[in-house]
Amino acid sequence: MSVWVIADQRKGTLRKPALETLSEGRRLADQLGTSMEAVIAGHNVEGLCNEIASYGAEKVYLIDHEILANYNPPAYARAVGDLIKDKQPQIVLMGGTMTGRDLMPRIAARVGAGLAPDCIKLEIVDGKLKAIRPAIAGKVRVEIGYKSDIQMAILRPNVFERLEPDTSKTANIEKVPFEPSDLDTKQRLVEFVSKETGRPELTEAEIIVSGGRGMKAPENFALVEELADLLGAAVGASRAAVDAGWRPQSDQVGQTGKTVSPNLYIAVGISGAIQHLAGMSSSKFIVAINKDPDAPIFNVADFGVVGDLFKVVPLLTEEIKKIKAQEG
Amino acid sequence: MKVVVFCKSVPDTETRVRLKDNRLDKSEIKYILNPYDEFAVEEAVRMKEAGKVDEVVAVSMGPERAREALRSALAIGADRAILIKDDALDGSDTYVTAKVLVKALEKDGVEYGMLLFGQQAIDGDTWHVPGQVAEMLGLPQAGSIIKLEVDPDAGKAVANRLVEGGEEVHEMALPCVVTCRKGLNEPRYPSLPNIMKAKRKPVQDYSLADLGLSPEEVGRAGSFTEVLSYSLPPKKEAGRKVEGEPEEVVQELVKFLKDEIKVL
Ligand SMILES: Cc1cc2nc3c(=O)[nH]c(=O)nc-3n(C[C@H](O)[C@H](O)[C@H](O)COP(=O)(O)OP(=O)(O)OC[C@H]3O[C@@H](n4cnc5c(N)ncnc54)[C@H](O)[C@@H]3O)c2cc1C
Ligand SMILES: Cc1cc2nc3c(=O)[nH]c(=O)nc-3n(C[C@H](O)[C@H](O)[C@H](O)COP(=O)(O)OP(=O)(O)OC[C@H]3O[C@@H](n4cnc5c(N)ncnc54)[C@H](O)[C@@H]3O)c2cc1C
Repeated sequence: MSVWVIADQRKGTLRKPALETLSEGRRLADQLGTSMEAVIAGHNVEGLCNEIASYGAEKVYLIDHEILANYNPPAYARAVGDLIKDKQPQIVLMGGTMTGRDLMPRIAARVGAGLAPDCIKLEIVDGKLKAIRPAIAGKVRVEIGYKSDIQMAILRPNVFERLEPDTSKTANIEKVPFEPSDLDTKQRLVEFVSKETGRPELTEAEIIVSGGRGMKAPENFALVEELADLLGAAVGASRAAVDAGWRPQSDQVGQTGKTVSPNLYIAVGISGAIQHLAGMSSSKFIVAINKDPDAPIFNVADFGVVGDLFKVVPLLTEEIKKIKAQEG
Repeated sequence: MKVVVFCKSVPDTETRVRLKDNRLDKSEIKYILNPYDEFAVEEAVRMKEAGKVDEVVAVSMGPERAREALRSALAIGADRAILIKDDALDGSDTYVTAKVLVKALEKDGVEYGMLLFGQQAIDGDTWHVPGQVAEMLGLPQAGSIIKLEVDPDAGKAVANRLVEGGEEVHEMALPCVVTCRKGLNEPRYPSLPNIMKAKRKPVQDYSLADLGLSPEEVGRAGSFTEVLSYSLPPKKEAGRKVEGEPEEVVQELVKFLKDEIKVL
């Protein structure tokens, strides 16, 4: 009986959602009065085990093999899934990165366990996990209960609070042997095409500045980018801006784009269609800049500016620059 | 090569959700083919048009209204369809859904080279079913793809997954599973003649018994998870709205950012 966290790493770095998930795993284990243990799969990732331990993992299962160097769904699912079947933890958690969303269903099927995705809150009721998650594009919230002994959940990034790591801890590592199967060799990650912008990932960003059709032309996104960089923010876009070819698909927020939960979401020239709201209405604070006082985005905005974005945004950027300069 | 596309009937994206006795009130909902599945059907039909695929089979599990979703897939260009319909299926979680879909593939006997899914159904929103099916069948999988190249003769596919900070390019042996999303293609609007033609394309119905499953293995009884309760998300109250000279409104906005929510 213990709480497990699958620690998601990429290229030898733990992902931010993994740290949030370890923190939540620790809290649940404390509530249950049981241990929190982590699994990490990869190649040459032993160096990450102490960092995992610093978030409270009492044991780290290390599965190291060349074939696990990059994400390989069948191999990862077998490596982690068979270990779960063997050790029978009560709860298994993973952060909702694109790896987590892809991998956990495979593991759940292998193990034969219930799984709830995109969770924003986890509770222990009568010794069992209860997961709270939005569904139907954020229009409802549901409570998910489990009938399986092993209870699995994927946590929405940017929602669960990260603990202060205790860097004095060293990991208690258990190495788990792994041999690739035929199936594992039928899939291979052959290339990673980097589209790094130097800005934070939308799903993990504290602040997002998004532009819509109101930006009028792709070059005007320089206004959004300048404001974003000043705030250390990610840049998002409405579907209209993406479909016009002004922004890449990876920037789209909404029902057919990304779901984001930043501390602050600034919507610039975005009307606030229901499909856009589906992706961002769970942001903690929302600021809208729009010239139409009746734009639906104002219904969800904590602070709405009715005005011409081409005047408002440059002024806002100037003011923030002044403040930052004063701070030195 | 034959391919199978999985199609779910879901509430239209414009739907306003209402609750009745702590459950979904489905009385005024309009249903459509899941938008993500449109990308999957479109991709399959394009492969057929490119001469790489000779049959596209659309499969849905759901109540009678799922037949309409299948008709939409047939109108885009799928050749035939399978509808798995049984009252006992109500309340099935994703694990059971995947299990039933796998059974239907076995029953039909189609020799598929690829299984295409949507990345997610826009109601359940779990993204679970494709990976569960892939694991049950022991197949490679590439989720959330925005590019796909298939070479049936060489027995392989190359797919680009849209992930944080870039694209993962996965090479897979066939048969494999892919999940489709926006950015992969632009689904066509079916022409009127094709909509008419779709009405004459074959739809095979299966009941649970046809698939050799018992009611206890599916629905609420057979599931590992259950939806305990529904609620509406906390309503976001509209806050302040300021209008006026740009210089003045910006001062107020800066004050909000700096003093109230402290992001500056
Ligand atoms: C199945 C489906 C899925 C969808 N998925 C998504 C999704 O994932 N994400 C998404 O965003 N949309 C999605 N949509 C599309 C959605 O319905 C809207 O069409 C889209 O969000 C509109 O984008 P917009 O707000 O940028 O454009 P518009 O609605 O055209 O709004 C532009 C806004 O800019 C304002 N504006 C113009 N000029 C200025 C100016 N100078 N200064 C200030 N304001 C100005 C206007 O007042 C207006 O409010 C989806 C639709 C469907 C049917
Ligand atoms: C509000 C709500 C919350 C739920 N939460 C959970 C949960 O946390 N865990 C859980 O296990 N179940 C949950 N369920 C049950 C789940 O929605 C159903 O099992 C559903 O049949 C499949 O899940 P999905 O809609 O999320 O599909 P997804 O897994 O998101 O769908 C991905 C793709 O799989 C294919 N597909 C999915 N369903 C079908 C189908 N019926 N027929 C044909 N192809 C299909 C489509 O190609 C689709 O695009 C929930 C249901 C509701 C209504």
